[in-house]
Amino acid sequence: MLSPGLRRSLAAITAVVLVFVYVPLALVFVNSFNTDNTFGWPPPGFTLHWWHVAWESQGARDALWTSVRVAIAATVVALLLGTLAAMGLRRTRFFGRNVVSLLIILPIALPGVVTGLAFQNGFRTILGIDLSLWTVVIAHATFCIVTVFNNVQARFQRLGTSFEQASMDLGAGRWTTFRLITFPMLRSALLAGALLSFGLSFDEIVVTTFTASPQDQTLPIWIFQNLFRPNQAPVVNVVAAVLVIFSAVPIYLAQRLSGSGTEGMTGAR
Amino acid sequence: MPPMLWLGVAYLGALAALLITSLWTQNDFTGEIERAWTLENFQDLFRVDVYRTITFRTIGIAALVTVIDAVLAFPIALYMAKVASPRAQRLLVIAVLMPLWASYLVKAYAWRGMFSADGPIAWVAAPFGLHSPGYGLFATTVTLSYLWLPYMILPVYAGLERVPSSLFEASADLGAGSWHTLRRVVLPMAFPAFVAGSIFTFSLTMGDYIAVKIVGGTTQLLGNVVYDNQGAANNLPFAAAVATVPIVVMLGYLAAARRTGALEQL
Repeated sequence: MLSPGLRRSLAAITAVVLVFVYVPLALVFVNSFNTDNTFGWPPPGFTLHWWHVAWESQGARDALWTSVRVAIAATVVALLLGTLAAMGLRRTRFFGRNVVSLLIILPIALPGVVTGLAFQNGFRTILGIDLSLWTVVIAHATFCIVTVFNNVQARFQRLGTSFEQASMDLGAGRWTTFRLITFPMLRSALLAGALLSFGLSFDEIVVTTFTASPQDQTLPIWIFQNLFRPNQAPVVNVVAAVLVIFSAVPIYLAQRLSGSGTEGMTGAR
Repeated sequence: MPPMLWLGVAYLGALAALLITSLWTQNDFTGEIERAWTLENFQDLFRVDVYRTITFRTIGIAALVTVIDAVLAFPIALYMAKVASPRAQRLLVIAVLMPLWASYLVKAYAWRGMFSADGPIAWVAAPFGLHSPGYGLFATTVTLSYLWLPYMILPVYAGLERVPSSLFEASADLGAGSWHTLRRVVLPMAFPAFVAGSIFTFSLTMGDYIAVKIVGGTTQLLGNVVYDNQGAANNLPFAAAVATVPIVVMLGYLAAARRTGALEQL
């Protein structure tokens, strides 16, 4: 095994890296109470004023609602397509297994500017469609498929096909088997995939800036546009602090869901 | 199969259309895209010094960020996988996952605060007579490394988990010290996991332009060039030509990664 000295240094490095990870996030949180609107450090005083202003901000509220709608729509599409892809790949041992896997990873493996520009060019130059929230949903769904696919496929690999075969042997049709066996078997994998997909879409900005019309503001776009405006900066900071707090929610859900939270949480951004 | 139609036709179609558009040109006066074949965009891309510099800078930063993340991820992943108690392991996984769910923009924004002229870094540096390094290439590298670190930690952790603990004992029994075991047994076995993580760190850096805008000052990466040339008023064919650079680099990277068996670990 590893020597005690090495174990101790690993523990120390882990601690340092975690500090490196959490200090900036803590800073956002503390600065949301900073009375100085240029965030001088250390803060000269603390106030709840910015939280109040942010709460009243119509722009932030609208953007939040837009993001939620886009993320839900993209997630629904990703759930459908991701599940179908995993099911199709499972039953058929057709030639292109690797090709399909690669195709599903590609939208997330290729840089965001590429996917974004490809969609923008496809919609506007080639198809002559105006950009809207729908074009954003289509683009988001494309890179969200992988999250559902990965989770569902992992579940299939773990559980095999024997339950479904038993169901069919006992006389259940395809649909009954899907309803009573396959779907319950997949439920938590689908939830994990949906959660990841929602988070991915909710947070996405690069592809979004390429596929949204100038009027459409998702929350990340709203933050980005207000980031550089000095009088809006404290409000942006509060929104950022809220997002940091809320990032604990999916983690909590994932823990409740899978017990370990690692399956499907790795490997997808 | 609908998913294959969506991905195969819509997405690959869009990528193909992007390549085709990069061979078209834009009328300088009307701003209309002219569907006439030309290699002009690529000639500009290779001939103009600025673009060459930006290309190499982007690839360089992507490589640097990948190395930094790999170096930071290894000890923490090893600690999580092989040293921590099951309870600590669970908590650490959560501690690493948490920031992954925190908004990308918020994290980049957080570093804008860290590096600001009177921010915490300046405050810590002041007693030593130093300043904050400010916004630029350094801040960009730190921020990007920070942003993508969890994408490296998680696959490496998963990879190290798969290394049986008995191998550590076997290696020790055969007389290897801890360091020797790490170098000769653990690292080679975890290598595909590092490659899997590096696909994310590399690709995400290649395609980023937002973080650069937030903490990079006037620094430009390929993503900025692509973004600045898109839209109706600009030069979409040229943007398309620039976007082929990350595509080619990433396809090369993925092809190399495949050989290590890393794609199965994604």
